[in-house]
Amino acid sequence: MSTLSNQPPSHEVPEAFQDPGVPTEHRPRRADVDERAAKRAERQVAALFGMSALGTVIALVSYFALDIGDGNDIQAIQRINMGIGIGVALAMFGIGLGAIHWAKTLMRDHEMVEDRHELRSSDETREAALQDLRDGAKDSGIGVGRRGLLKGSLITALAVAPLSLLVPQLGGLGGDWNLDKWRRTMWAPGVRLARDPDGTPIRAADVTIGSVFHVIPEGLIDLEHPLEAKAKAVVILIRLDPKDLKIVPGREDWSFDGIVAYSKICTHVGCPVALYEQQTHHLLCPCHQSTFDVSDGCKVVFGPAKRPLPQLPIAVDDEGYIVSQRDFEEPIGSSYWERLK
Amino acid sequence: MQTLARQRYHRLTPLLLVLGLLALITGVATIIAPPPATANTEASAQDVEAGQKLFAANCASCHGLDARGQAGVAPSLHGVGAASVDFQVGTGRMPMQASGPQAMAKAPQFGEKEIAQLAAYVASLGAGPSIPTAEQVDGSLGDATNGMLLYRNNCAMCHGSVGGGGALTEGKFAPGLWETTPTHIYEAMLTGPQSMPVFNEANITPEGKRDIIAYLEAQRGGSPGGLGLGAIGPVSEGLWAWLIGIGLIVGITVWVGARSS
Repeated sequence: MSTLSNQPPSHEVPEAFQDPGVPTEHRPRRADVDERAAKRAERQVAALFGMSALGTVIALVSYFALDIGDGNDIQAIQRINMGIGIGVALAMFGIGLGAIHWAKTLMRDHEMVEDRHELRSSDETREAALQDLRDGAKDSGIGVGRRGLLKGSLITALAVAPLSLLVPQLGGLGGDWNLDKWRRTMWAPGVRLARDPDGTPIRAADVTIGSVFHVIPEGLIDLEHPLEAKAKAVVILIRLDPKDLKIVPGREDWSFDGIVAYSKICTHVGCPVALYEQQTHHLLCPCHQSTFDVSDGCKVVFGPAKRPLPQLPIAVDDEGYIVSQRDFEEPIGSSYWERLK
Repeated sequence: MQTLARQRYHRLTPLLLVLGLLALITGVATIIAPPPATANTEASAQDVEAGQKLFAANCASCHGLDARGQAGVAPSLHGVGAASVDFQVGTGRMPMQASGPQAMAKAPQFGEKEIAQLAAYVASLGAGPSIPTAEQVDGSLGDATNGMLLYRNNCAMCHGSVGGGGALTEGKFAPGLWETTPTHIYEAMLTGPQSMPVFNEANITPEGKRDIIAYLEAQRGGSPGGLGLGAIGPVSEGLWAWLIGIGLIVGITVWVGARSS
C-alpha cells in the first residue's frame, strides 16, 4: 500500500494485451475454399428467402381465401388465425435467417483489429478546456461575488421552472384527500345482502348448509358508480353446520344459525378471496394462496395475509331477509389501512 | 416339411393372434353390452329394492348398511338425494378406489340402470335434490351471456375463466369442465360434491344453471387464437414463455454469434 502511494501515478499502458482474443491465424470458411460448399450455402439462403415469400403467400391466402363462416364458428376463426400466424412467422423468420446465413457464409470474411485509443486527452486539450471554464466563470461573476441580482433571478427561474410540469401531475392525483372513505363501505344498519350480479335480496332460508353466496349490498347496482362501491363492499356469505362453527368471543350475535358473512377483499393486497372448500371450510385467495379458516373467524392459516378477513355482522329482518347490522368494524382490504385506525 | 414349419411359425403370427383375440373380445363385448337404458324418472319399489342390494354390496363397507356413514370415513347419505348419487357414481368418483386428496373421476363402474337403482334407493332414505330433466340441462335453451355473468361470479375462481379447472390446497383441485356432461354440471352445482360448495336453486335459479351450462358449452369450440395451453392461466403460459420462448431466443443468439464452419 505504502509503495503504491509513494509512487507517482503511472499512465503507461502496455503495448498490447497478451491475448486479446483475436484468432492468431485466419481460418477460411468451407464456402471460401470449396466452390460446391459456396453453391450449397447460396441455395440455402435462397431457400430461406423462398420460405419467407411462401409464408407471405400462406398468410394472404389464409386471410382472403379461408371461409370465416358466420363469424361464430370458433374453429374457422382458429384455422384462419393459425394460418396467418404461421405465414407471418415464416415470412419474418425466413428473411432474418436468410440474411444472417448469407452474411455468415458468403459475405467477405476478413478479420479486423481496431485498437483502442488512449482514453486520456492530451495535456494541451485538457489545459484549454479548463481555461474555457475559468474564463466563463470569470465573465459571469459566479464565485466572485458580483452581479447578485442576476444570480438570484437565475436560481429562482430554475427553481420554479419544474412547477409547470409538476403541478398538473400532482393535481391529477385527485383533489379528494378524504381518506376516511377507505374506512367505510356501503354496509349500514338494515341494508339487505343481495346476490351478485343481479342484486336480488337473500333470505336466510335460501342459504342451506354448505352454500356459498357472492354478495353485494342491495341498491348497489342502482348507484351512479357501482364498481367503486362494489370494490369495497363485496362479501361472501357461507352457511356452515353450526356445530362446526367456532364463534369468535365478542361476536356471538354477528352470525345467524351458522350463516356468516366476511369481506371478500383479501387482507394481503386486496384480491377477491373466493375459493371456498366446503369440507375443510378453508377460503383461498387465488393471487397468493392466503388461506382463511371460515369456521374460526376467518383467521389466516396459510399464506402472506397478516390478519383475518373482516366479518360483517348480520341479522335477519322481519321478512326473513339477511341484513347487515352495521358496517365492518375495521377497514377492509390490505393491511396498510389498519395503520390508520 | 421345411416350408410347412416356416408357414406355421411366421414371425407375424403372434401379432395376428393378439389382434384376432382383441377383435373377438371387442365383438363379444359389443354384442352382450346392454342397450342404453331409457331414462325413467319414476323410481319403482323394485328399483329401490335392487338399489338397496347394490348399495349393500358396493357402498355399505364405507357408508354403512343403513347409509348413515362413519365418522372420518364416509358421510351419511340420508338426504343427499338422487342427484348426488347420479353425479358421484355416474362420473365414476364413487365407489372410491383409493383414498387420496379427493375422489377422482374415472370410468363409471355401473351402467345407467344400476345408477338409477342406487339413486332411487338413496332418494328413498330422505328428501334431497332429484336428477334434473333433459330440458333443465339443455344448453341450447340457455342464455350464454347471462351464464357468463353467473359463472364469473360463482365458478370462475376455482374452475378457471373458461372451465379449464384449477388447483386448490394440498393436492385437491377443481376439475376442468370440457368433458363434463350437462347433467353432471347441473348436479354438481345442486349438491356441492367434495370441496365444492352448494349452489341450490335459491342461489342460482334453474334457468341460471342452464345459462351456465350454455356458457360452458360455448367455450368448447376451442380457442380462436391458437393453442389454449389448457386454459389454466399463468402457470402453463409462463412455462411455455420461459422454456420454449426464451430457449428459442438463446438458441438463435448462439447461432448468430457462432462462426460459420
